[in-house]
Amino acid sequence: MGVTDRQTGFPHRWWRALERHPPPVPGLDGRRWRSPLRGPWLTAVYGAVLLVGLPLVIITGLLDYAAYGPQFDQALPRDVGWLRLPPFDWPTRPSWLFRVTQGLHVTLGIILIPVVLGKLWSVIPKLFIWPPARSLAQMLERLSLLLLVGGILFEIATGLLNIQYAYLFGFDFYTAHYFGAWVFSAAFVAHVTLKLPRMISALRSRPALRDRHRPGQREPVRAELRTPLTATRPEPRDPDDLVAIAPGAPTMSRRGAISLVGGLALLLGALTVGQTLDGPWRRTALLLPRGRQPGTGPTGFPINRTAAAAGIQPDETGQRWRLTVRGGGRIVTLDRLRLLAMGQHTARLPIACVEGWSTRQTWSGVRLRDLAALVGVDDPASAQVRSLEKAGLFNQAILQANQVRDADSLLALRVNGVDLSVDHGFPARVIVPALPGVHCTKWVAEITFRTGTDG
Amino acid sequence: MDRPISRFRAAYGSSPQHLIAMIACFTLAGWVALRIAEEATAGRMLLWFVGAAVAHDLVLFPIYASADRVLRGALGRASHADSQSSTAHHPVPRRVGQAPSRPSPLNHVRVPALAAGLLFLVYLPGILRQGRETYLAATGQNQHPYLARWLALTATLFLVSGGWYVARRMRWRRVGSLNG
Repeated sequence: MGVTDRQTGFPHRWWRALERHPPPVPGLDGRRWRSPLRGPWLTAVYGAVLLVGLPLVIITGLLDYAAYGPQFDQALPRDVGWLRLPPFDWPTRPSWLFRVTQGLHVTLGIILIPVVLGKLWSVIPKLFIWPPARSLAQMLERLSLLLLVGGILFEIATGLLNIQYAYLFGFDFYTAHYFGAWVFSAAFVAHVTLKLPRMISALRSRPALRDRHRPGQREPVRAELRTPLTATRPEPRDPDDLVAIAPGAPTMSRRGAISLVGGLALLLGALTVGQTLDGPWRRTALLLPRGRQPGTGPTGFPINRTAAAAGIQPDETGQRWRLTVRGGGRIVTLDRLRLLAMGQHTARLPIACVEGWSTRQTWSGVRLRDLAALVGVDDPASAQVRSLEKAGLFNQAILQANQVRDADSLLALRVNGVDLSVDHGFPARVIVPALPGVHCTKWVAEITFRTGTDG
Repeated sequence: MDRPISRFRAAYGSSPQHLIAMIACFTLAGWVALRIAEEATAGRMLLWFVGAAVAHDLVLFPIYASADRVLRGALGRASHADSQSSTAHHPVPRRVGQAPSRPSPLNHVRVPALAAGLLFLVYLPGILRQGRETYLAATGQNQHPYLARWLALTATLFLVSGGWYVARRMRWRRVGSLNG
């Protein structure tokens, strides 16, 4: 099935003419490919890893979109039609939910890069085969492979640039990464549909862990993971054209190639996972922005946007600062001293960002539901929080009912026993369990509680 | 019942299920393309999408494959000359059934080089200090340490790999002199 058939489809004459007229490029006959490791079995091993890993990356990505509250039109990109999960209220429990979904999305995405590159290495001779297609089916499949390969590399490139804050591409990251993911997913599902039977048969073609005894033959077939370099031989010629026609001597065993890809994946994982850990382990993310603590002491943990970048002026956050609380037709204005005089609640909550980093800190302040009660709203359906920040994508956020009512949802005034620093949102910031970091609005100026009847 | 299907197969080149999978894939991709076409930066996105595949297949792959070929050539020649002279003094040791071959330095260069290259590609923005302003706005920090850290990691990878090679080589010589 697919790109492997030698027979030409309709119109036969055209496909045969294409076959007879290769462009004057050397190596199209396949004799330049020398690695004796290439073959269906090795490709299927890398494919199987991606078949398990990539769906996890896709699903956690979709969950992260849902966490942004698309029902309030505040998930980016906004206009996605039916290309999203069915609407549901993002839960506040467990409080580490977003920390895990986002951390998994970014970390696993990075860990799989060597596997993607290994898989592409294993099939690359097929890119340079002539004719590229012998039928409409093969032509369509080749086009879908462009979506598959372009899609995964596009997602990797935009994702890596985003978590390192280098927007070299000059387009909106959210729009590109989200829709790119859908194009990739479509091609991925089609590819798996067509290739799954072949992957399984290729995996079964050679034993992996235990030597296989064949009836009537004295020598068992050696398990691939127990085959050293000296016993490494090319796979038998295959209908997929993956095995080299003129293989050279092996310089690495097949288990060596798998260990190499696995080792590189582990290396990337080890240098990435630190951005989701607290304490000394954070420093292990040696090459990522969030492996470094920006400061020392109780407010030394990473920030997402500095006050200077947000254009927050010192006089706005000083004595002059007031919090305006609206709801049910009432308006209450509070200064920081009055907020501190209200019932204070302390919660140990993570703050997690789309870039995959997270940190857990001890926040204290006024419960959001107590602020709602202050204006007489006992059952808020939602709350809109506005920042002092004038411009900026995340200068306001809408919280769901469950996010307002959670006992640990706070307008935080202090963190780790001291006042918030201005970069962490002084005089007051929102912190809600399992809410994406950018929706935990900093430098809060105004909160409006809405009841169900407000619409 | 059988004939229409086999005629379809002959003309199309695969099964009807194949066609359904393709139609589903291109329908979704087409819908996304129409949606993206509204964006002012649609052309750039397309360029990066196709460019990513082209950059891998026609730039990155040829570069690392050629580098590997050069490395194999260089080390192959060196070890060939070396093994000819060394076999004279240290005949290849033989044990029952299997002869431990002289360790090749190839993978001890290849693996750390590949690892360092991969780290460079993945963490490139920090190492090459790209996006300085957005980085500062987001973190309040600069990107100064990353180049030195990457160089240190690269040096460590090569040192560990080189040390391992020397150890393997010494063990091989010892086994060789015991058996010989």
